Amino acid sequence: MAEKGSYTKRIDGRSFDALRPISAKVGVVPNADGSAMFSQGDTIAIAAVYGPKTLHPKNQQNPEKGVLRVHYNMLSFSVGERIRPGVSRRSQEISQVTEWALTPVVMLEELPGTVIDIHINIIQANAGTRCAGINAAAMALAHAGIPMKEMVSAVAIGKMDQTIVSDVTKEEEDYKEGEAATDIPMAYLSNSKKISLLQLDGRIQAKRLIEALDAGKKACQKIYEIQKKVLKESE
Amino acid sequence: MTKEKTEVKHGKREIVTPGEIIAKGDFLPGDWTTKEGEEIIANRFGIVDKTERLVRVVPITGVYIPRRGNVVIAEVADITMNGWIMEIKAPYQAFLMLKECPMYVDEYEMENVYGIGDLVVTKIVSVKRRAIDLTTKGRGLDKIKDGMIVEINPHRVPRVIGKEGSMISQIKIASGCDITVGQNGLIWVRGRSKEEELFAKKIIDFIVENTTSDGLTEQVEQWIKENKPKNLGKIEGKEAKEKTEEFAESSVESESQEFGEEKE
Repeated sequence: MAEKGSYTKRIDGRSFDALRPISAKVGVVPNADGSAMFSQGDTIAIAAVYGPKTLHPKNQQNPEKGVLRVHYNMLSFSVGERIRPGVSRRSQEISQVTEWALTPVVMLEELPGTVIDIHINIIQANAGTRCAGINAAAMALAHAGIPMKEMVSAVAIGKMDQTIVSDVTKEEEDYKEGEAATDIPMAYLSNSKKISLLQLDGRIQAKRLIEALDAGKKACQKIYEIQKKVLKESE
Repeated sequence: MTKEKTEVKHGKREIVTPGEIIAKGDFLPGDWTTKEGEEIIANRFGIVDKTERLVRVVPITGVYIPRRGNVVIAEVADITMNGWIMEIKAPYQAFLMLKECPMYVDEYEMENVYGIGDLVVTKIVSVKRRAIDLTTKGRGLDKIKDGMIVEINPHRVPRVIGKEGSMISQIKIASGCDITVGQNGLIWVRGRSKEEELFAKKIIDFIVENTTSDGLTEQVEQWIKENKPKNLGKIEGKEAKEKTEEFAESSVESESQEFGEEKE
């Protein structure tokens, strides 16, 4: 897939379609109804699911289906330079896209008048935090016994100059040579073969985007297998 | 909803994740499954149960789903003019009507009967859409005044009770405690000493951890033999036996009848 370009070898020595080492665990938050930890290389996300529970205030309840709420948060020590704790513009955006990525699989019509709260905390960040968050959240939802159509897996695909790579790191995100770096986070439903999240930061040709999506689907399939395995081994 | 007997004969039960294909061909979709063409797909994380042609998923995690006839341990959340609002760890609040209380209640002094924060053993009379109605009329249904509460996941309650209450009577005999199991995952343990209650809790924790394995009754028997504290044996003389029988009279029978149909 590597065409001519300046990025011929990855900074951490991985092959272009290789993922960072993944480790995952469910049941990490004992007080939650369901929880999961998902780490890709140096990125570590913890997701906790509370609910279904009655939604208050009552005027926000939907009598036809449940409500899904996602709270994404990066802890102040998760990056090199301390970030201001609390809600930021960026974290609000990521909470929203994570909610949209997960809503298609959660069978909310089974839970009228209730709310499911998902809290995603990034305890260590090295790019791809929203993807790690979605992976952790999907596992936590399954662990919480929420009715779901299927699992969601997410990965960040990058284009470094001319080369398409899977699971980008922070160093790669900051790549400046040639056409520089493009970051494409995507969430994929492996069973129904649908995409539930697709963002793009940078520039990419239409033809190359399709190539990037194919790489992403392959990577998500690998992540899905890991999610499944970890859930099964948790009991 | 009726629950059939499971006849799985291997060491560990098959666990599925949402979206997984559990059966192909001539099968009927049961609880928490959908049929897409020829395939039966799991919609929930749990254990697969195949009874003849029916395939279903038995959940092992998640919040409590109230069912009519369940005995639950409820906490008083609020007092209203005509009853008590109860918290039963379900997604919806439950209500205990004044007339469902077996004794005479002074409307102005309802907190003397069940005050806010009190735990009460209740039974679910009806589950209508989102309203859950409770009652305290019936044997063994009353306010909890002593003992200890052990909290477990409600989906593991059937294993703690066992077939026809076999597991629960095993715990009762081993620990010497009287145990009332609420289907919502709250278990009321009442013993003569703290040690006994803690030992009962340990046995329950062991069962909960090994929910997915088969032949659990034998495993628990083995575990009790290995882990029973010595000082517990001392109390368990003649006196203890009498006590146990006394307890048994009051609750064992009624419970196994009530919960008999609810086992996995």
